Amino acid sequence: MPHIIQVKDLNKTYDSGFTALRGVNLDIRRGEIFALLGPNGAGKTTLISIICGIARGSSGSVSADGFDIASDYRMARTKIGLVPQELTTDAFETVWATVNFSRGLFGKAPDKAYIEQILKQLSLWDKRHAKMRELSGGMKRRVMIAKALSHEPEILFLDEPTAGVDVELRKDMWEMVRQLRENGVTIILTTHYIEEAEEMADRIGVIRKGEIILVEEKQALMSKLGKKSLSLHLTEPLSEIPPTLSEFNLFLEEGGDYLRFEYESAQSDQVALLLSRMNESGIAIKDLNSSESSLEDIFVELVQEQ
Amino acid sequence: MNIYGIMAIYKFEMARTFRTLMQSIASPVLSTSLYFIVFGTAIGSRMGEIDGVSYAAFIIPGLVMLSLLSESISNASFGIFFPKFSGTIYEVLSAPVSPFEIVAGYVGAAATKSVMLGLLILLTAKLFVDYTIVHPFWMLAFLVMTAVTFSLFGFIIGIWADDFQKLQVIPLMVITPLTFLGGAFYSINMLPEPWQTISLFNPVVYLVSGFRWAFYGVADVNVVLSLGMTTLFMVTCLVIISWIFRTGYRIRS
Ligand SMILES: Nc1ncnc2c1ncn2[C@@H]1O[C@H](COP(=O)(O)OP(=O)(O)O)[C@@H](O)[C@H]1O
Ligand SMILES: [Mg+2]
Repeated sequence: MPHIIQVKDLNKTYDSGFTALRGVNLDIRRGEIFALLGPNGAGKTTLISIICGIARGSSGSVSADGFDIASDYRMARTKIGLVPQELTTDAFETVWATVNFSRGLFGKAPDKAYIEQILKQLSLWDKRHAKMRELSGGMKRRVMIAKALSHEPEILFLDEPTAGVDVELRKDMWEMVRQLRENGVTIILTTHYIEEAEEMADRIGVIRKGEIILVEEKQALMSKLGKKSLSLHLTEPLSEIPPTLSEFNLFLEEGGDYLRFEYESAQSDQVALLLSRMNESGIAIKDLNSSESSLEDIFVELVQEQ
Repeated sequence: MNIYGIMAIYKFEMARTFRTLMQSIASPVLSTSLYFIVFGTAIGSRMGEIDGVSYAAFIIPGLVMLSLLSESISNASFGIFFPKFSGTIYEVLSAPVSPFEIVAGYVGAAATKSVMLGLLILLTAKLFVDYTIVHPFWMLAFLVMTAVTFSLFGFIIGIWADDFQKLQVIPLMVITPLTFLGGAFYSINMLPEPWQTISLFNPVVYLVSGFRWAFYGVADVNVVLSLGMTTLFMVTCLVIISWIFRTGYRIRS
């Protein structure tokens, strides 16, 4: 089956002359949660805007579920729901009216039961008669999600969905995203919170200065690029690293009380080797502690390269 | 054809109208009443008949046109300007609606509101002057055509404007003068030359004249010419709008 979203050689130069996307190629798999990570101004919103029809690409092509977003825009857009980064709502509309408006706009016959179900899922049911301007930021965000889901899209874009959102809503949102994925919805999200990508995503793409610099399974990314570190609390402090251990990537810390071993996630067999070598050399340990780099460390490293 | 999409935009726009009912309906009715009191009753009583029609009755079509033009433009321009300004336009742009459907929704709603208003003004006028309409069908046809045409024009202004000032400037600086000089309160035949000839370059003259012909069977210019000019203006607006959507001008970066 073809990819649900295919982006080919996409370039975008704004009228101002600024090039926001350079030769972007990206395939999104059906049913996955894809996290697009990148610093501010990297082009995440631009990419999403083009796929959703809000902006135009300068060259290249995009298809959604096999439909070209330009020549077959009706079919393509019917498949897509978008929760934009900015909270833009019609202040004087009620929650109920605005969500039903969205469904109609996307060409679907009214379905009160379905809208009721979404509003209940998003804890908005009690607020359905409230005007948008009476709602808190978090509630507005929920309404934006309800609007995006109102036409039963197969693909959902969430552009920085949890920026400025409280912990409770963030949890609810992740729960909902998981639920949607179980129902077969493909989800593409951008985020600054790397822990989110770490927790939720199946695959991760990193964008920097308009270029996709990496797309990888989350697990593979973490084990490939992740560093592990083992900290050994020594019984007797060492003044220098003994020559018998010179082949290992070791650091003496805290006046020789601690020996820290840094290694790639893939070479964990090294740990056993190091421990037995230390044993042979008569270096005893009181305690040990291991840690691994988070996606955040990986991300920061990637983005700062070059 | 995304009928639900058109309906969604149309209903949204009509709901906006009814939320601001006072502003939308009451103020044009009030200002028209004032015109009648001042021009129709106070001044009109001292004026002779024009083309066999009493002055108070003579100004009715012009007054309706005055409101129709400014209301059509302001409704339609605000209707599309505001979502652009607030950002909510993202949803329309990302929806499976064609340019035609977008225009049908926004312009349809703006024109509906203007026609309702025009009819309301006619009813209000009945309170002040007794008049009859000779060609009711053509009266309605001119009313609808003018409402649609100027709503299309308003839609263009709303797309073009990138701040509130630009939104106001064309209605204020162009439309209002053209309407006042377009024979709403007088027959252009009453003007000395060269003003009479210059007036013929004012498109509003054709609208008012055609509309007045539908009422009283008398016109400043041939009614076919009126119809032709209105159609020409409508087609021009449609061409501009289709260009806007083809190029994404000020709506899709
Ligand atoms: N309409 C626009 N005109 C000109 N430049 C823009 C426009 N929108 C965004 N940009 C620029 O494009 C770059 C990418 O922006 P954006 O896609 O919003 O990044 P991100 O969502 O990753 O933070 C930024 O440098 C931004 O200033
Ligand atoms: Mg962004």
